[in-house]
Amino acid sequence: MSYLEYSVKHVPTGLSKVFYLNWALILLIMAVASIGFLMLYSVAGGSFDPWSQAQMKRFGLGMVLMFTVAMIPIWFWRSISAATYLVALVLLVAVEYLGTVGMGAQRWIDLGFMRLQPSELMKIAIVMVLAAYYDWLPVGRKSRPLWVLIPVVLVLMPVYLTLTQPDLGTAILLIAVGGLMMFIAGVHWAYFAALIAAGAGMVTAVFQSRSTTWQLLADYQYRRIDTFIDPSIDPLGAGYHITQSKIALGSGGWTGRGFMQGSQSQLNFLPEKQTDFIFTTLAEEFGFLGATSLLTLYALIVFFCVISALSNRDRFSSLLILGLAANFFLYFAVNMAMVMGLAPVVGVPLPLVSYGGSAMLVLLIGFGLVQSAHVHRPR
Amino acid sequence: MIRPGRNNAESHRQISRRGLILGSGMLTVAGVLAARMRYLQVDQADQYRLLADENRIKIRLIPPARGQIFDREGRVIAENVPSYRIMIDGTEAGDVDQVIARLSEIIRLDPEEVARARKELHRSRIHPVTIAERVSWDELSRVAVNAPALPGVQPEVGLSRRYPRGEDYAHLVGYVGPVSDRDLESIRAPDQLLLIPRFQIGKIGIEKLREDVLRGNAGTRRVEQNAAGRELRELDRQEGQAGKNIQLTTDNALQRYCKMRMKGESAAAVVIDVTTGDILASASTPAFDPNLFVRGISVSDYRALLDNKFRPLPNKTSQGAYPPGSTFKMVAALAALEGGYVDPQATVRCVGYLEVSGRRFHCWKRAGHGNVDLQKSIKESCDVYFYDLALKTGIENIAVMARRMGLGAAFDLPLTSVNEGLIPTKEWKKRTKGEDWVIGDSINSVIGQGYVLTSPLQLAVMTARLATGRSVTPRLIKSVDGVETPTGAGTDLGLNPNHLIAVRKAMYSVSNERRGTAYASRIVEEGFRMAGKTGTSQVRNITTAERAQGVIRNEDLPWERRDHALYVNYAPADNPRIAVAVVVEHGGGGSTAAAPVARDITLQALYGGDPPLDAYPAAAQPRARAMQERIRRERELETGGDPEDQA
Repeated sequence: MSYLEYSVKHVPTGLSKVFYLNWALILLIMAVASIGFLMLYSVAGGSFDPWSQAQMKRFGLGMVLMFTVAMIPIWFWRSISAATYLVALVLLVAVEYLGTVGMGAQRWIDLGFMRLQPSELMKIAIVMVLAAYYDWLPVGRKSRPLWVLIPVVLVLMPVYLTLTQPDLGTAILLIAVGGLMMFIAGVHWAYFAALIAAGAGMVTAVFQSRSTTWQLLADYQYRRIDTFIDPSIDPLGAGYHITQSKIALGSGGWTGRGFMQGSQSQLNFLPEKQTDFIFTTLAEEFGFLGATSLLTLYALIVFFCVISALSNRDRFSSLLILGLAANFFLYFAVNMAMVMGLAPVVGVPLPLVSYGGSAMLVLLIGFGLVQSAHVHRPR
Repeated sequence: MIRPGRNNAESHRQISRRGLILGSGMLTVAGVLAARMRYLQVDQADQYRLLADENRIKIRLIPPARGQIFDREGRVIAENVPSYRIMIDGTEAGDVDQVIARLSEIIRLDPEEVARARKELHRSRIHPVTIAERVSWDELSRVAVNAPALPGVQPEVGLSRRYPRGEDYAHLVGYVGPVSDRDLESIRAPDQLLLIPRFQIGKIGIEKLREDVLRGNAGTRRVEQNAAGRELRELDRQEGQAGKNIQLTTDNALQRYCKMRMKGESAAAVVIDVTTGDILASASTPAFDPNLFVRGISVSDYRALLDNKFRPLPNKTSQGAYPPGSTFKMVAALAALEGGYVDPQATVRCVGYLEVSGRRFHCWKRAGHGNVDLQKSIKESCDVYFYDLALKTGIENIAVMARRMGLGAAFDLPLTSVNEGLIPTKEWKKRTKGEDWVIGDSINSVIGQGYVLTSPLQLAVMTARLATGRSVTPRLIKSVDGVETPTGAGTDLGLNPNHLIAVRKAMYSVSNERRGTAYASRIVEEGFRMAGKTGTSQVRNITTAERAQGVIRNEDLPWERRDHALYVNYAPADNPRIAVAVVVEHGGGGSTAAAPVARDITLQALYGGDPPLDAYPAAAQPRARAMQERIRRERELETGGDPEDQA
């Protein structure tokens, strides 16, 4: 597949591409990231060390990557979609053998200069490979069982690998993103109905398998689910996280307790306050207004992506942008739902805000792809 | 592969449709999230704010400083000293075992304490636990120097009770100890303070009985703490009220002297001021070190105290009840004189025994005293005279007089179990024994034997009343928080002065005239002469068979069957200032075992220190000098020459 397939009337070239970037999106991303720096500064007790400064450096690196990715034509990215997916899959297998165990899960490959989390890479790769697949697939065949089975297998392979790490959060996100991609591509409704039914069946199976020999999830995951359903069963143990998190959120009130004044986060009542639970600090210190502002910024990012996707006549681009937007959406929606006690604590970071290298870089590479699709859209 | 345009456009429409559905789906979810935020942050804000504050703010009690206890001169008896302890914070320590191992290389750790700390750490890592208590300043600085190698180890300062006088006040002041579950059960609405782990309360003696004034009131602090329970800052503070200080009527130097003078004996001595009733000294030997109890006495030490046949634990001065022996004779004499049953000049012939309804009651002097009048009967302690007196006076009159003199009733003193003693009456015997009073009971009672029981404290009060003719009552607490408590001067007993003079004259002769039972233990310093009375009370019945063979000498009996030795006196005889009562358990004769002790104590009290040897009769001077030297030596050994005792 070459760029000749695009009926391109005018494609910007060279540095002039910069003017064709979706700047609104970039500004929103920077705004969200800045909120992240501010919160990391706050949870460190008013210090750029140890998180805020490192996060800024990563964001800088991520922005460079984003621009680089954006400058490269989208058809190049489409052409390496399948390869990217295969590399990510190989890395996921490799992490089983080479990975470093951290926080009770085997998720990293230590590259020396940074720790690579293949499951993060897979979140983009899955979107790329499915977008490419449906771009390639003649429209008429997309709802035929065999052609539906192929993307399902493409999704389930990495899902299986992440589950064995074990990383329930990523596995759920992968399934959701894969499902959404297939939905957007136009797979028949009936399949989704069947999927939902199967999902319900699986949930039942998961619970039925508990404390039997074929137990499907690790004990700690069951406990998380238990305490999600009723945090009060273990207020000082597993339920502690969610209880303290809700207290932090709730005590914020309308306008919050002020920057660096949140007692829950400043006094260490919050768990993992610099990563998965950073939203609670924001909500505690800036209140309902602060929390909804961030939510609005996120929604706007997704909105600009959707607009960009719908106005793009290239099928791969549309699918890719929508998939990445859905992925981004799932990140923050699951994270917020989690800290607000609407979803189990599964370990999903708040995108662009939580402290963490891989997630930040991969997200920005994803936005690079969105920008590339935007810049190189058929006009 | 080129796709037809139509197909492409159709596909694009579908993507747009599904994209819009996806978009609206996402918007809905965002709306749900926003609604949840509103619910938590706006609708439930107050509740969560409260929970956050509960997390953050803890109310801590400030234990008040316990009131101190001083002697009559303002010298310390019980004080609070800073005590350091080492806490360990599990969350900060990380590898607790390693930290404890390192700590044990630096300071001495009690294995019991360590085991308990480990258990507490295992239960909850949130709160710091005590790993070593009562750490010396030296050990504390060693820990501080090594702090970087000891994560989570933090020193804490508190106040701990200390009794610098050691054993001296073990029985009077008692000791404090950590609140026990039993203590808590016995209190209906316990003070919040008592719920503080290891809070110390009085266990016996004044520490227990005046707990109300000594404890003080707790203050409160509102503090902000982090999730690990570490205190970050104090939000506000409401000071409590320190316990009130108590000043005792005792004199530290005299108290120590009494204890040292009676060392090696199971004995009790009470010195009271005859005009105010102030207890100047109240010593019971042997004693124990109350500081051991504050620390938590070891099982073996406690066992040793319980097993000691000299019974170091009870306070013999107020808890001990002894037959008063002949020291009871003044009471009987007064009863007879007041009732007009006996003429002080009239004589009774003592032939060594009195035969009453066919039974012989023996005088201690087998040969008999010959013709005996009141003065001689007391001076030489003739029993037969008093047998006769008892028959004339009757037990009821004697009992009434005994009560007037302070016997047979407990004084209201802040001491653990103040013994009432026992003054028997006919009604009492009927009620408790179900038997009728017989003449032999009167005869036994009048010489302070049989059922009669008194405590050394009561004997001292009796002597003070004899000396003043007033209802002197003992006072132990001179002032509370600087407010003087009423003295025990009492009122006039309404006794005929002539009768009192007759008895006092007789007591004077006991201690100052030849043939007086305490003549050997007299004081020759003119201004400080004593008026006293010896007593020897049997703890066994002398059988007829024994009497026939000749009574076995005390020295040949096992210790616990020997007679109790008693001596009471007031001094100076012409202008009484103090009354002294000494009981030496199983000491043998009052004149040999108790009177010398009482003399030394009397001189010590009157001189306010070691008396000149001239105060002793020449024959007693070598022994007095030896005694003074012994005590001086031991005192220096014990205290390193505490200047307080040189007074």
